[in-house]
Amino acid sequence: MKAKYTLSIITFGFFIATACEKLLPVSPYENAVLDGTIKDLTTAETAQFLRGDAAFAKVFTANTGLGPLFVSNSCISCHAGDGKGHPSTSLIRFGQTDETGNKFLLLGGPQLQHRAITGFNPENIPSGASQATFIAPSNTGLGFLEAVSDADILALSDPDDKDNDGISGIPNWIELANFLTPKPNAITKNGKYIGRFGRKAGVYNLFNQTVNAYNQDMGIVSAYSPNDTYSKEALDPEVTNAEIADVVHYLQTLKAPIQRSVESTEVKAGKELFVKNQCGACHTPSMKTANSTIQGLNNKTFAAYTDLLMHDMGKDLDDNYTEGSAKTFEWRTTPLWGLGLAKDSQGGKVHLMHDGRAKSIEEAILLHSGEALKSRQKYAALSSKEKQELIKFLESL
Amino acid sequence: MKKTYLFWLFLLGLTQNIFAQIDTTLFRRKPILDSTKMNIDAVYSRPFLQVGRTPLGVGGYAEMNTNFGITDGIGEGFSFQMRRMTLFLGGSLHQKIKFMSEIEFEDGTKEINIEFAAIDFQFNNLFNFRGGIIMNPIGAFNQNHDGPKWEFSDRPISATQMLPATFSNVGMGFYGKKYSKQWVFAYEAYLTNGFDETIIDNGNSRTSLPTAKANKNRFEESSNGQALFTGKIAIRNRKIGEFGLSYMGGVYNKFQDDGFILAPKRALNVFAIDFNTTIKKTKTSIITEWAWVNVDLPNNYAVQYGSKQSGGFVDIVQPVYKKPLLGFPNSTFNIACRIERVDWNVGKFTETGDKIYDEVISIMPAISWRPIPSTVIRFNYRIQKQWDLLGNPPSKTGVFQLGVSSYF
Repeated sequence: MKAKYTLSIITFGFFIATACEKLLPVSPYENAVLDGTIKDLTTAETAQFLRGDAAFAKVFTANTGLGPLFVSNSCISCHAGDGKGHPSTSLIRFGQTDETGNKFLLLGGPQLQHRAITGFNPENIPSGASQATFIAPSNTGLGFLEAVSDADILALSDPDDKDNDGISGIPNWIELANFLTPKPNAITKNGKYIGRFGRKAGVYNLFNQTVNAYNQDMGIVSAYSPNDTYSKEALDPEVTNAEIADVVHYLQTLKAPIQRSVESTEVKAGKELFVKNQCGACHTPSMKTANSTIQGLNNKTFAAYTDLLMHDMGKDLDDNYTEGSAKTFEWRTTPLWGLGLAKDSQGGKVHLMHDGRAKSIEEAILLHSGEALKSRQKYAALSSKEKQELIKFLESL
Repeated sequence: MKKTYLFWLFLLGLTQNIFAQIDTTLFRRKPILDSTKMNIDAVYSRPFLQVGRTPLGVGGYAEMNTNFGITDGIGEGFSFQMRRMTLFLGGSLHQKIKFMSEIEFEDGTKEINIEFAAIDFQFNNLFNFRGGIIMNPIGAFNQNHDGPKWEFSDRPISATQMLPATFSNVGMGFYGKKYSKQWVFAYEAYLTNGFDETIIDNGNSRTSLPTAKANKNRFEESSNGQALFTGKIAIRNRKIGEFGLSYMGGVYNKFQDDGFILAPKRALNVFAIDFNTTIKKTKTSIITEWAWVNVDLPNNYAVQYGSKQSGGFVDIVQPVYKKPLLGFPNSTFNIACRIERVDWNVGKFTETGDKIYDEVISIMPAISWRPIPSTVIRFNYRIQKQWDLLGNPPSKTGVFQLGVSSYF
């Protein structure tokens, strides 16, 4: 009898042990998610990535420095799954209409903090200020974009349209914040530097973006940006320099989105149409990084489908707000990599263009104008099958 | 040396005089038909050891388990978890005056809490006074939470991450029962200290009533000078089962300080229903509890913090093999399943009109063996899907747990 029980228990244990493997959820395919690291990180770099990941997910409260005015309470709340943001966490900037700067800095500009901790009232847009809504971009592959040399960006620019293709492309020349150090071989123009991050390319590098986001998005002051957005007074740091460095490293070393369905006939045909329709004149299919101390970013070729330049996008996308030297109708070419995964970070639907107004890839294409007008017209002239192929290609990115 | 000798002599004397009074009427294997016990009785319906004829009763329970879980293919490996050891200490000071306490050591000594420490004045069945540290009777699990009573190592998600499990507060109030043939009616009504603003400003980035448990000052003073009301009515039919309806509500924010008005008063309201029964023919036990939370939020507050939440669980337990086994004459094997769901943010996004998610569903089949009614060895498998605020593809979690829990 005892032997029978023992045998039963052993059999049951064996069944459970073998069933465990089958019953546990498996990892999604690497190309189906945006999070993950670039290749060839050292152990120390991986450890810093993990610290940055934790800091990126850290939720701030009133007790830990949130606000008193803020847009959201953590980095991750606007960049779910490291992907594109959702309209519920979009932000509003206001007050600048030309290259002479923002006239509303003393009235809360450039960014609206439309939320406040209890006991405080959120900001309102000052009377007479123009405004634009911005939806959070995805985080992935940013290290590659940061590692592109200024010279390479300038080489793509054609401000006078010398090649007569209707596409110009100019950098956004910005002033450096006092806590920033120019990168080696930085190119300047009248004491200004090339901005490359943000919808208006008004941000110099990922360190710049991280410090600004802590301060402007969450009301978290740092040694680099000590002034509180509510009181305007310099306060004790609410985030350490080390935490900021970890988040910057995290953003630098997040992997680039991996294309899916590369061998699909439709995707291949769509890619040909993408080139043929001159989409790639702004959404440059290939770029390369310069020298980097991070091996995985050192002299790498990548396909972000951006030129990091500003382009005239037409009056329908002119919100009468700008940053740096850019015109109000100019927007930095948005990287298309990760486009097919946008819905997985935006709640199952897509919210494209700078403010999320486009609810499909096709709608986004049809909102292109200005320098992109010809490409839009070419898209409109495609057959249904060709349109489908082009969109399949974009979804594969 | 002499002291050690006397100590062992004392212990020896103790073991010869103690006897166990195990009231197992709340165990689901026992037909509820035989019982008039209700959730309200949970605090006393526990096995105690009494020292001779003294009025002192001591007891408690302990529970531990293994844990092996994977979320989307990534896990932290295998762990042993000492969930808690809880000590009961109670006594009768008079035929109508009782004291009962429950002290819990969670995760080793990571958290040490007095979960219950109250003096009861039992005037008659229908009218009793209770004062001290009280477990707010919202839902059923908060009061009836002892590990050995359940077939699952984990407590219900709704009871721990939406409602605050074992949420206790200092306060006072009344309770009582009324018997009428097949029916028993019970009520409880207490005023206690309550919540604070951490419920809408916390590291969980969601409205979280359990966050208030971290405020140990609530045993010393109210966070805002306002009392929290918790009330419950329950009715049991010996053939049908027990149905409970409970409410907890009050102002949670610090609206004034030092005579200055800081903010409007903001209230929270929690409603819960619970039901438990045992089907006589099949001996199948069903226990369920669902709750709804409403919190008044400031305007323009972060969307992550929802003003409405809802969630609950259903446990189904089926005895399948009840025969003497390995020297245990009342040995019982059960199969069980818990189904649960919590929505931490019920509503729609203002910007898009789309549903706000931040919710979880979980199914947890289980096999348990009770060699004696007050001891359970249980094997659980949890499969869970959790959605973020936006409703992006859910994270999928699978967890295996083998645990033991027993009164002592």
